[in-house]
Amino acid sequence: MVELTHDSRPIIGRGPPLGATFITLAVASIALMVADQRYDQISRIRAWLTAAAYPVQIGVDLPFRFWDWLSGSVADRSRLRQENLELTARLRLANLQLQRFAVLEDENRRLRDMREKTQGVTERVLVSSILNVDLDPFRHRVLLDKGRVDGVFKGQAVLDGDGIFGQVTKVNAATSEVILISDAEHAIPVQSNRSGVRTIAVGLGDSTKLSLPFVTVESDLKEGDLLISTGMGGVFPPGYPVAQVTKVKRAASATFALVEARPTAKLDRDREVLLVWFKPPAFASDRPAMPAAAAPGAPKPAEKKPAAATAATPAATTHPATTRPPSTNGAPPATTTPKKPEPSANPPATGTPAPQTGTANQ
Amino acid sequence: MFTRRLLYWASVAAGLVLAIVPLPDWLDPVRPDLALLAVIYWILTSPRIAGLGYAWLSGLFLDVLRGMVLGQHALGFLVVAFLTHRLQLRMRMFPILHQAATVMLLLALYQFIIFWTDGLIGHGYTHWDRWLPVLSGALLWPLIVAAGDSLNRRSG
Repeated sequence: MVELTHDSRPIIGRGPPLGATFITLAVASIALMVADQRYDQISRIRAWLTAAAYPVQIGVDLPFRFWDWLSGSVADRSRLRQENLELTARLRLANLQLQRFAVLEDENRRLRDMREKTQGVTERVLVSSILNVDLDPFRHRVLLDKGRVDGVFKGQAVLDGDGIFGQVTKVNAATSEVILISDAEHAIPVQSNRSGVRTIAVGLGDSTKLSLPFVTVESDLKEGDLLISTGMGGVFPPGYPVAQVTKVKRAASATFALVEARPTAKLDRDREVLLVWFKPPAFASDRPAMPAAAAPGAPKPAEKKPAAATAATPAATTHPATTRPPSTNGAPPATTTPKKPEPSANPPATGTPAPQTGTANQ
Repeated sequence: MFTRRLLYWASVAAGLVLAIVPLPDWLDPVRPDLALLAVIYWILTSPRIAGLGYAWLSGLFLDVLRGMVLGQHALGFLVVAFLTHRLQLRMRMFPILHQAATVMLLLALYQFIIFWTDGLIGHGYTHWDRWLPVLSGALLWPLIVAAGDSLNRRSG
């Protein structure tokens, strides 16, 4: 039986009149929802509110973190622990590079255009921990401990050591919310590493499964194919593993095959992830030829024809041997000229073109 | 009076913290809406102190903590609080099981509002386990009443 307090007078204890308050607050909540969904003006209110929520979230996270720390420091000496942390961090980075290079190797053989794209990609990564906070049991979102002060931006790609993890949806002052690739609202453009088939992988709300709903029955996808990111859309860096095809079912009467894939990232087990800054693939033609204007002493033609100049000059700075043929223009190629005569195909994988004009990320 | 207000806010805050504490996967869908249960209880015991604004702000803070659309849980809390206020004279007199059943209806309504607004926004989640918190919350109600009553007695 609910106990009464002096506040509730048993007989006349009707409480305050409610109608007006109820309607006001109901309208307020609906207005808030609409504003939050449609317009951006509310972001300031949200910023204040999330600032108020931050201590709570940290407070929830702390005991877990403390326990992690405690169990770590009891198990081995602090020096070992420090070393271990450093090594895992280094290993994670190395892993990241490694997977990319493995993918690149395959790609380079098959897709010349892909190679050109990935050349322009340079990354800066920031390791970030996932806060021990459950946002919503029905959605695949996590909270990271890095926010606007660390330069995180909306739409930023998040990776772990094994592949693509998700992207940032909300940036608060000191935290940011990430949607996982397995969330039912998330889709990512992918490509089969084996056959080059491009399609879209859609989340299902299950951390072990992605669906590929737009694969026609004729397309060349097999179980075990590695799906990598294409870099289309500019959110995710190209060439990172996303998922591995686990099931392909083709019904003769259907237009689309039933394809499922398992994400390579450890979506449900990660404690730490990497925030990635990358330059979206830029092409040689839209890049101004800065060193070209400086080096040959003839700035005008270089400015007029940037496409030809950029193709030649990066190679000139890195590989003098290969650039001799275009400059002398007619002498029989004595050294390492490839079969293709046009110089745009020349830039080797090692000599990434230097002029990374810092164009905006997003 | 002031200590009472503090107590009411503190209990809701505890409920909100428990709403985002990570739980093992099998327990996660069953997690009851403790903050809402606290709000219902305090409305039943002291309707003048625990008003609609109190319920609404609690819901709004849950939205913020979970990073949801602002106003979604606030609306759910508000509607439940309004009905509780309307029913409070009757609900206080109910025997505990009857009361738990009523609370279950209120929780179901709350879940339905969340479910419905989710659908409008476009995040529909239709698996049946979304309704489990209704059941767990109703089962927990007698405990909430016992805990609340002892707190009540202590704070005078």
